[in-house]
Amino acid sequence: MSLAELICPAGTPAALRTAVDAGADAVYCGFQDATNARNFPGLNFTPDELAASVAYAHDKGTKVLLALNTYPPAGKVDLWRQAADTGALLGVDAFIVADMGVADYIARTHPGVRLHLSVQAAASSPEAIRYYCENFAVKRVVLPRILTIPEIREIRKEIPCEIETFIFGNHGLMVEGRCSLTNYLTGQSTNMDGVCSPASDVEYKRHTDGSMSSQLAGFTIDCFGADEKAGYPTICKGRYTAPHRSEPYYAFEEPISLNLSRLLPDLVEAGVHAFKIEGRQRSKSYVRGVVSAFRQAVDDIRAGREANIADLVALTEGQKQTQGAFETKKWR
Amino acid sequence: MSAGDDTLPRAADLGTSVLARLSCVIVQPVLTRVVRRVAKQHPSLFSRLGPHQGTDFVIDPVELPFALHLRPDPQALVFRAVARNAAPEAGATIRGKFMLLLELVDSEEDGDAAFFSRDLEVTGDTEAVVRLRNALDDVDGSIAEETAGMFGPAGRAILARLRRAYPT
Ligand code: SF4
Repeated sequence: MSLAELICPAGTPAALRTAVDAGADAVYCGFQDATNARNFPGLNFTPDELAASVAYAHDKGTKVLLALNTYPPAGKVDLWRQAADTGALLGVDAFIVADMGVADYIARTHPGVRLHLSVQAAASSPEAIRYYCENFAVKRVVLPRILTIPEIREIRKEIPCEIETFIFGNHGLMVEGRCSLTNYLTGQSTNMDGVCSPASDVEYKRHTDGSMSSQLAGFTIDCFGADEKAGYPTICKGRYTAPHRSEPYYAFEEPISLNLSRLLPDLVEAGVHAFKIEGRQRSKSYVRGVVSAFRQAVDDIRAGREANIADLVALTEGQKQTQGAFETKKWR
Repeated sequence: MSAGDDTLPRAADLGTSVLARLSCVIVQPVLTRVVRRVAKQHPSLFSRLGPHQGTDFVIDPVELPFALHLRPDPQALVFRAVARNAAPEAGATIRGKFMLLLELVDSEEDGDAAFFSRDLEVTGDTEAVVRLRNALDDVDGSIAEETAGMFGPAGRAILARLRRAYPT
């Protein structure tokens, strides 16, 4: 049986301590720059904060994974290399990377530190995963959220590394690592600048009838009725009009979160080594609630008991949840 | 409503306005003490605010007779109660029930979830709000408890009563 490690988000030092105290086996976090895919204003760690956080986590037996999971623009690799050097100096337990150049640098310069392949790399076939393992000694792959559990089971048999899957949180469009929607509207790239829908480009407008519209870079991407639940202002989850549809509709995705709490035993049985909770941009309250709920569930499964997981729907986007492709490819 | 109605406040509006101004006068000394103490205890808050230390936030607890004006500038902190019709032009406005806002400050509630459920409303400069949220979220412990503690057992009793009266 796999160990079913719980990998938990930490957007700030306080959130990291919250995740550790709530039972995370590992926390993942990033620096305050474009080297990670949650480069949000006021979020993330300075090197000093990371040093103190690594000490706190290690003291309690929790690992720290540093996300360096964006792609450097051509020829501008220094920021990523410096971040890797700093992370290695501070004693992080693994780097989560997407870009081959970053992976190559770390594999050569810091061979003692584990490399995990980010979901941003979108490696979903045994061939692709083996390539990263063979060339950069990648020890774990975070799978894109496009695979069913039987497919994961088959991949597991053909790769030499561990598998990590998301089990809860934001459910982005099914082209992880290749999404250019934000770039198209704002000029900033999710994959290179580390931010989808930059807050500086987002505006909410409240209307007299109680409805609220969300805008990105001046384009209205949704309008929620007075009694409707809302979602993130990401283009993939916008509601649009089109010549062939009389009403606005969700063209790509809808506001919804992934929740695999009911599938955990199947994932363990399929050989998934680690479970990832999304949400570095979320609050300590979210971290506390979600991490403790999954800690309990994973402990139950490890002990052979039936997992009875707390209801987390209040924390989901649009207050709706899905098992996505893990359950069926026809999920949408 | 005709244009003339705006210039002649009705008796109820006048009453509300007087109540708002009176409430502001009463709570202001408390707010001043609270914000100074929070700033002293948690100086790291300010670096996460970055360029939005000078932003005027209007925090609007919908059921209270007044709003709050916050400018988190460490050199010239402003945290004051204002009648809604006298609030400054806001860089960003955050609106919700009082207890929800308090729980958000303490990270007892999740801001995104409150936004999804439409209990929390944000208008104006979204980046300013995101920075304020992240700055407050990095504070350990409870600002509400610390504030109540400043007023001894009476303060703590009031906070406990508030929490019972406002289940979130
Ligand atoms: S638009 Fe959607 S799929 Fe694209 S990066 Fe943003 S959240 Fe991900």
